[in-house]
Amino acid sequence: MITFIPRDRVSKNWIMIAPILSIAFTIFFGLLIFTFLGYNPLETLYQIFVSPFSRIDRISDILVKACPLIIIGTGLMLCFKSNVWNIGAEGQFIMGALLAGFIALSFPNIETKFFLLITILAGFVGGALWAFIPAILKTKLNVNEILVSLMLVYVAMLFIDFIVRGPLRDPMSFGFPLSKPYPEGALINKIPFPGIGFLGQLHYGILFVLLLTPISWFFVNKTLGGFKINVLGSAPQAAKFAGFKQNSITITVLLLSGGLAGVAGVIEVSANIGQLQPEVSFGYGFTAIIVAFLGRLNPTGILFAGIIIATVKLGADNAQMTMGIPKVVTGLFEGILLFFLLTGETLQKYKIKWSEGKK
Amino acid sequence: MAKKESDILLKATKICKTFGNFVANQNIDISIAKGQIHALLGENGAGKSTLVKLLYGVLQPDSGSIEINNKKISITSPDIARKNGIGMVFQHFSLFPALTVAENILIALDDQIKFNKVVDEISKLSKEWELFVDPLKLVSELSVGEKQRVEIIRCLMQNPSLLIMDEPTSVLTPQEIKNLFKILKRLASSGCSILYISHKLEEIIELADEVTILKSGKSIASINAKKTTTNFLAETMVGKKITELKKTIKSKSKNIAFEVKNLNKLKNHEFGISLKNINLQVNYGEILGVAGIAGNGQVELMEILSGEINCEDNNQIFLDKTPIGKTNINERRKLGIETIPEERAFHATVPNLTLSENTFLTYFFKYNNTKNLISNLLNNPENSLEESKKIIKNNDVRCPETNPLASQLSGGNLQKFILGRSLANNPKVAIFSQPTWGVDIGAATAIRQKLLDLSQHGKAVILISQDLEEIFELSNKICVINEGALSEIFEVRDITATDVGLLMGAKNRENQQMDPIK
Repeated sequence: MITFIPRDRVSKNWIMIAPILSIAFTIFFGLLIFTFLGYNPLETLYQIFVSPFSRIDRISDILVKACPLIIIGTGLMLCFKSNVWNIGAEGQFIMGALLAGFIALSFPNIETKFFLLITILAGFVGGALWAFIPAILKTKLNVNEILVSLMLVYVAMLFIDFIVRGPLRDPMSFGFPLSKPYPEGALINKIPFPGIGFLGQLHYGILFVLLLTPISWFFVNKTLGGFKINVLGSAPQAAKFAGFKQNSITITVLLLSGGLAGVAGVIEVSANIGQLQPEVSFGYGFTAIIVAFLGRLNPTGILFAGIIIATVKLGADNAQMTMGIPKVVTGLFEGILLFFLLTGETLQKYKIKWSEGKK
Repeated sequence: MAKKESDILLKATKICKTFGNFVANQNIDISIAKGQIHALLGENGAGKSTLVKLLYGVLQPDSGSIEINNKKISITSPDIARKNGIGMVFQHFSLFPALTVAENILIALDDQIKFNKVVDEISKLSKEWELFVDPLKLVSELSVGEKQRVEIIRCLMQNPSLLIMDEPTSVLTPQEIKNLFKILKRLASSGCSILYISHKLEEIIELADEVTILKSGKSIASINAKKTTTNFLAETMVGKKITELKKTIKSKSKNIAFEVKNLNKLKNHEFGISLKNINLQVNYGEILGVAGIAGNGQVELMEILSGEINCEDNNQIFLDKTPIGKTNINERRKLGIETIPEERAFHATVPNLTLSENTFLTYFFKYNNTKNLISNLLNNPENSLEESKKIIKNNDVRCPETNPLASQLSGGNLQKFILGRSLANNPKVAIFSQPTWGVDIGAATAIRQKLLDLSQHGKAVILISQDLEEIFELSNKICVINEGALSEIFEVRDITATDVGLLMGAKNRENQQMDPIK
């Protein structure tokens, strides 16, 4: 039998060493698996870990991919910290993108970039409204938010599919399910670097992350609102004793996380796609759940977790393109990475004791 | 006391058990003779519960040996304990409220027996041992005493040679306790040994043959319970002289401080308690004790008195004759009403937050300034660092570091902190639920002294407690809560513990109305 005994104090050194060891173990087991499957192990590792960093434009691709993950993950952090289980960020992402898209397409000639403030706000409202459904059902009727938020993902997917095939389809799209292109004012541009030009797809949307992470850190650690979320998540009875209103906290965190997922949707579409199409998300809303937990539900952690997950995802794409390694194999590799990162995290806090004992 | 080898049923030698760095049991020796009532005495945290869990196989010892009938065995699970004739009645019952008595017993049996046979067996045992319960009744409809009987019957079904009882009287009325003792004595004389865990001294002297005293995880004495006194036991258990409470008589005021009128509240979940027409009043300078067995509506009453839940009618609660039924908990704090719920961790405090953050928990509104929105936005737990230091210092809260997590404190120290946090607000009315429950004697005495001081400084105190001794020691007036209804209020000199016991156990108060003693 294995028992976990809490350590009295988490060693400062191990906080640094544990992630390094975790990655070393991941590499070792990755090598083993790729060898058994008959792929050149070093080449595969190179593709997954190194090639995403091999060129500056590829590094910028990591950031582009991490951007929606970090934004959604930060919103989900607020929910999970207060024990509210919003699993439907994917749907909120889609509805945010859709509402913003509807507004963008209603002004086909707008050019000023200030219009982006309106579409981003619309994205926030769209995502927040979609999250308001589980929020109100949970607080008024005690309906489980996990089920409602998850099922609304599929409603949102089908809804956007219907919209781009029906009301918002571009007559000039030769029958493809696509909307008209967004007006100039609703597009997020790539960042030009003097002397270099563009770095891959790196766009101004990344500025939102640079603002969001410190603001959310401040909110969680230095405000009464952050304190309320923390107390509600750790001890709901104590929240009552302090006179915090559980329902309004629940509604607030769901609106915030839905809103942030919606904003991520706007940024993704406005920067990378430029029009509405049936599929806008590629699972960002679900991956962000992993990001939130891998980041240990704190804003800086989520920033790094977003980058790590984005790297491995891009590396997996590379490995598939250059070596024909199927996605499932690289998915396995992602699993190993997560396993060791979380193991390292756990072993920092607990000692393992093996005790003899039958049964 | 020399015992013959053949008389000894269970013998444990040099039992050790540690949790992390905490030593719960250190080289404990205990031997229980056949047909003996053996008491295990010690303060909270002395290691009593750990030891019995080791004997019942819930936990495994790190080292040491256990012999039953001179045969060494290793009890790796409760299953093996039962096969070796050990039965246990836990302090917190493990019964399913939605199942009947017979069903509850059936699922706990290791052998397959037909339902009807179980019902017969229960009826037989309950007659034989005067443990009256209806096998077909739902457990949720039983009183606490009846639930305990179900647990005892469950053990008796296995024909145990040793019955372990963990603090069985903490939930019983004096009458039920008497009954239980009768049964236990009969059981012992029929040859079944009993290991009886308690921290109540009178009980042990009345019931036990031998008593083993634990202190800080060590067994410090095994003595003949028939030849000792409560004083000797207390001093051995605590290790020092116990300080007496200082009670100065002072004239009480006639001004009603806090009053509840015709308060009704339906239960909000299936196994909750509805409050029925509650009326109470407490004057300044007075302690009103609310006695009652746990689970009779104390939690629900506390929620309403504290303001965690609002009254339906503003005119159900009054402070200084002003109706405040619809004010919330923080508005009441501002008016000078401080409350402490019975659950220390997770309700009065958040275990994984520091003491300063836990101070902020009930102080945060003090730092809010209606005019300055920016400072309200920046209101965070750092604001209460100074206050929490003061609370720690003024109340002798012993901390392992300057600002520890609440979970790092012992129960007694945490309670001193919680009490200090309330008192620092200088309340006019203090309503405290089970303030010394599970607290060591030293801390309990300190806490009781603070309550007395409060009333002697002219404050009104309501003390909700299941500890009858405490109620009688501190209160000026006493009432009893039973099944969500409150008895009338008696002056302490007009009522005896037996009367209170009757009120605590009255199944239906209308039929058993008691005349106030004049």
